Amino acid sequence: MAKMAVIEGSHAIAEAAKVCRPAVVSAYPITPQTHIVEDISQMIADGELMNCEYVRTESEFSAASVILGAAAAGTRVFSATSSQGAVLMYEVLFSMAGMRLPGVLAMANRSVSSPLSIWNDHQDAISARDNGWIQLWAEDNQEAADMIVQAFKIGEDRRILLPVMVNLDGFLITHTYEPVEILDQNMVDEFLPPYEPLYKLDPKDPVTMGALAQPEYYTEARYMIHYAQLCAKDVIEEVAEEFGKKFGRYKGGLIDTYKMEGAEVVLISMGSVIGTMKDAVDEMRAEGIPVGIVKIRSYRPFPVEALREALKGAKVVCVLDKNISMGMEGAVFTDLKAALYNVKGSPDILGFIIGLGGRDITITDIKNLTNKGFAKMRGEKVSEMEWYKLDVDILPEGI
Amino acid sequence: MADNKQRLTIGLVAKPGSTLQYHTGGWRTYRPVIDHEKCIGCKRCADSCMEGAPFECAHDGKKKKFCVNYDYCKGCGVCAYECPVDAIEMVVEEK
Ligand code: SF4
Ligand code: SF4
Repeated sequence: MAKMAVIEGSHAIAEAAKVCRPAVVSAYPITPQTHIVEDISQMIADGELMNCEYVRTESEFSAASVILGAAAAGTRVFSATSSQGAVLMYEVLFSMAGMRLPGVLAMANRSVSSPLSIWNDHQDAISARDNGWIQLWAEDNQEAADMIVQAFKIGEDRRILLPVMVNLDGFLITHTYEPVEILDQNMVDEFLPPYEPLYKLDPKDPVTMGALAQPEYYTEARYMIHYAQLCAKDVIEEVAEEFGKKFGRYKGGLIDTYKMEGAEVVLISMGSVIGTMKDAVDEMRAEGIPVGIVKIRSYRPFPVEALREALKGAKVVCVLDKNISMGMEGAVFTDLKAALYNVKGSPDILGFIIGLGGRDITITDIKNLTNKGFAKMRGEKVSEMEWYKLDVDILPEGI
Repeated sequence: MADNKQRLTIGLVAKPGSTLQYHTGGWRTYRPVIDHEKCIGCKRCADSCMEGAPFECAHDGKKKKFCVNYDYCKGCGVCAYECPVDAIEMVVEEK
């Protein structure tokens, strides 16, 4: 019988990491990730998580280096980070993906300085999107916990061998109490076999990992990482389905959809805002407004084919980006447009920069931007890309 | 696949000694040239080189002298700076 508990998101993640039996966990505390690794270190101290070494480091760069080294030595590794800490990890994250070392990083998504903000948006992960890590995005506490287990299985699959970042909205998931089913150790053991590395550092059989590649090899080496990402599209779906069968919960594969029957305007986003969007869509549907949701679970690999299929009947798509690619637009907006480019009869796409630095996104906000989608559908003039509710009154004059 | 190329492995895992094939000195601008008449075989160039490129070589079959392995030498000039008898001259690399 599954055990339910009303616990904090961070604690649910720590519980999930525990039942995956990592051998090395390393992290440096950074808000709002801290509770996750605090809980894990407590579990190790209490003997709840056996055969696991917790390595305290002096920075996130070192924390990432520790898990890279431990993964290279052939062990299952876990870490968690956020914002500036993630930025400090970037160099190592590239190396880890390039060396094809699996491992799971819980990213408690937070805005990036400056200005300093500890609150949630997606800039930290979005800025890390091209480093080769698979990026999964959780909607709620349960999905975040379940995703940790799936992430190990995806990354360690011999077809993939890539590290996986599980994104969970800082505070909105990490510090929120929700009923969560605590994953059963025996069931997870059956689902997730012990990690068998393809190569490992061994003094008896020395190897160099991530060796120098001259120009005649580098392109091919990078192509291999890209190819593994493409293969991950199938593996993410397979693992989600297998998880659904085993644990009775399926939250989508590469994407998930909500109330898409006859939807003319479709809202797209990632993370916990999907919950607010569902409430807004419920209310609008009750009034007979044909609106649906596509939730992106896997941002890298980007689910091009799945999105094309899901958006076939849509007239207008509204993308909610909790990030900004400076000098361009929201990252998901750009990617979606690229995915639908040259697709016959593809919908109009509107982009909204929203919820930066922890600014609340309300049901009313969702309804308002949905209305802009319908206005566009009616042929009214609507700006293609908008900084939603930008307060021009507080900007310096002349901007 | 061309004969002189080897197949890549996942994660670019290589066995020890594979750097012998890589010849990391390929992007040098200057190369150190050692004047064996001046060289007193003190080994400071080898010890100060981060690549370990200078090596002991026979010269006239008599005294201990040093030569440079240009497969690895980056042309940084540290050895020339460190040589106590100014036996090393940095000359423009010509291919
Ligand atoms: S030039 Fe630099 S790299 Fe070359 S031998 Fe001298 S110290 Fe070593
Ligand atoms: S440092 Fe100068 S003198 Fe000493 S071994 Fe090298 S070249 Fe010869």
